[in-house]
Amino acid sequence: MRFYLRELAHARAGDKGDTCNIGVIAYQSSFYNLMLTQVTPERVRAHFKGLVKGDIRRYELPKVHAINLVMEHALGGGVTRSLSLDPHGKSYSALLLALPMEVDEANSQILLALGRKPLA
Amino acid sequence: MKKNSIRIGAGASYAGDRIEPAAHLAEHGDLDYLVFETLAERTIALANVEKFKNPLLGYNAMLEDRFLACLKFCSEQGVKVVTNMGAANPEAALKKTVQIIQDLKLKPTKVAAVIGDDVLAYCKDNVHRLSIMETGLPLSSLEGEIVSANAYLGADHMVEALEHGADIVITGRCADCSLFLAPMMYEFKWREDDWNVLGQGQVCADMLECGANVSGGFFADPGYKEVPDLGNLGYPYIDIEPNGRGVISKVQGTGGVISPATCAEQMIYEIHDPSHYITPDVVVDFTGVELKPLGPDRVEITGGQGKARPDQLKVSIGIKEGWIGEAEITYAGLGCLNRARLAEAVVRRRIEISGLQLQELRVDYIGLNSLHGDASLLPLEEPYEVRVRFACRSADKLNAQKLANEVETLVGKGPCASSLPRIHVREVLAIYSVLVPRAEIKTHIVYEETHR
Repeated sequence: MRFYLRELAHARAGDKGDTCNIGVIAYQSSFYNLMLTQVTPERVRAHFKGLVKGDIRRYELPKVHAINLVMEHALGGGVTRSLSLDPHGKSYSALLLALPMEVDEANSQILLALGRKPLA
Repeated sequence: MKKNSIRIGAGASYAGDRIEPAAHLAEHGDLDYLVFETLAERTIALANVEKFKNPLLGYNAMLEDRFLACLKFCSEQGVKVVTNMGAANPEAALKKTVQIIQDLKLKPTKVAAVIGDDVLAYCKDNVHRLSIMETGLPLSSLEGEIVSANAYLGADHMVEALEHGADIVITGRCADCSLFLAPMMYEFKWREDDWNVLGQGQVCADMLECGANVSGGFFADPGYKEVPDLGNLGYPYIDIEPNGRGVISKVQGTGGVISPATCAEQMIYEIHDPSHYITPDVVVDFTGVELKPLGPDRVEITGGQGKARPDQLKVSIGIKEGWIGEAEITYAGLGCLNRARLAEAVVRRRIEISGLQLQELRVDYIGLNSLHGDASLLPLEEPYEVRVRFACRSADKLNAQKLANEVETLVGKGPCASSLPRIHVREVLAIYSVLVPRAEIKTHIVYEETHR
């Protein structure tokens, strides 16, 4: 089944200059492997449709079942110069959580039991 | 005698932060230290501009209100205060603080100001040698007027002030975490090269540096992440032991939540490589950190490590870089989106006819795509109303103003049935970073003591 990443993880975005980073934390450790295989820099770049103009690097923090996505040249030239209403990119965490995820049977059952709805 | 543990509270995490939760924490938190962190990348540059206009200003505009609300409790309970509310003018902030203490008739208090983060003269002298971290080009490649250059100082100067008996330590630009690390280093006599302890201390400091962001602020997502009584968010404190182990919590009865989830969001959201987070005091390794729930709103933080501190310090350069003009107008009712799109076409035609000189133009449809552009999910049906936002960057004020005026004239000369527009024109104060050798940054500390 497919679910939004939002059902599997929560996230917060931060900024430094023109670089945005998003910490993504799995709600359960069984969701962490799904993030490792599917929340890749390539998929994130495609999902952000041109918002990220530089490199995307991914770091892993297995002890807190989290990843950190660091996206360069992603804030419209930098927090202080950007024409965006969200120059810090703080809302980018919500955009990332709209990434569709393929979820295996066991984890799907966990999500359904929590009342989470799969994607059509 | 060394203490078994100290409690440090976070009373602010940005220039305009709430005051009443900080006062509540000061009164009821049973604290040893209260830290106010109020500087973002641009705040210090804006403060420098203010100081240039008036040499008595340039420190945090809410310093007086904050101290009037909190210092009475700190003084009565022997809570020491560490803050970067000095911003561009720690010495003026010190004088103001001394006056407040005297006006409040508080017990004798020693106030310290750390001076020396301002390296504008050095940077101006070395524009050809200093390399901009964001672009790799020399500082001299920037065309605008450089108005500020402030180094991110570490905890060492604040530790020195505490060793000299300061009850209140006021700094300008320093690393946010260092404000929290300084009391730990001072109380537990941590050596300046005990990297693993400093690394763990900095992990704990990182938990508090954004204040209520760890206690439920900027966390709530109804149906997914619930936060009780979010409107009455309690500000956090942390208990630190001599080995650096930390337990984070907040005053009972306040709103908010502290859990491994809130701690993890706070821990990761402003670092890049988690094994190599550079601070002036230590290079922090977050990868071994464990977050263990100990009870309601109580989380244990262990496992942080560290490596040797960097030889160079980051300096934020503030530079005037043209102007931004913005204008917004709302269309509502049936066909609103078509009218909004026509409005955009009209403004683009006007830019052409009037020959406006713009470096960049951005058009957003608020309600549809204003934050995420083309990556936005499409709505299932046409919205009932949409707000169009035009934003431009230009070298001079005149062209930014003209763009705003073109949007203003949509009322009466654009599509039918809109709101009145709102327009806003402002100067851009951009921030770039360079690295400066520690030896080039000369600091000193100024003290003043109040009397009965």
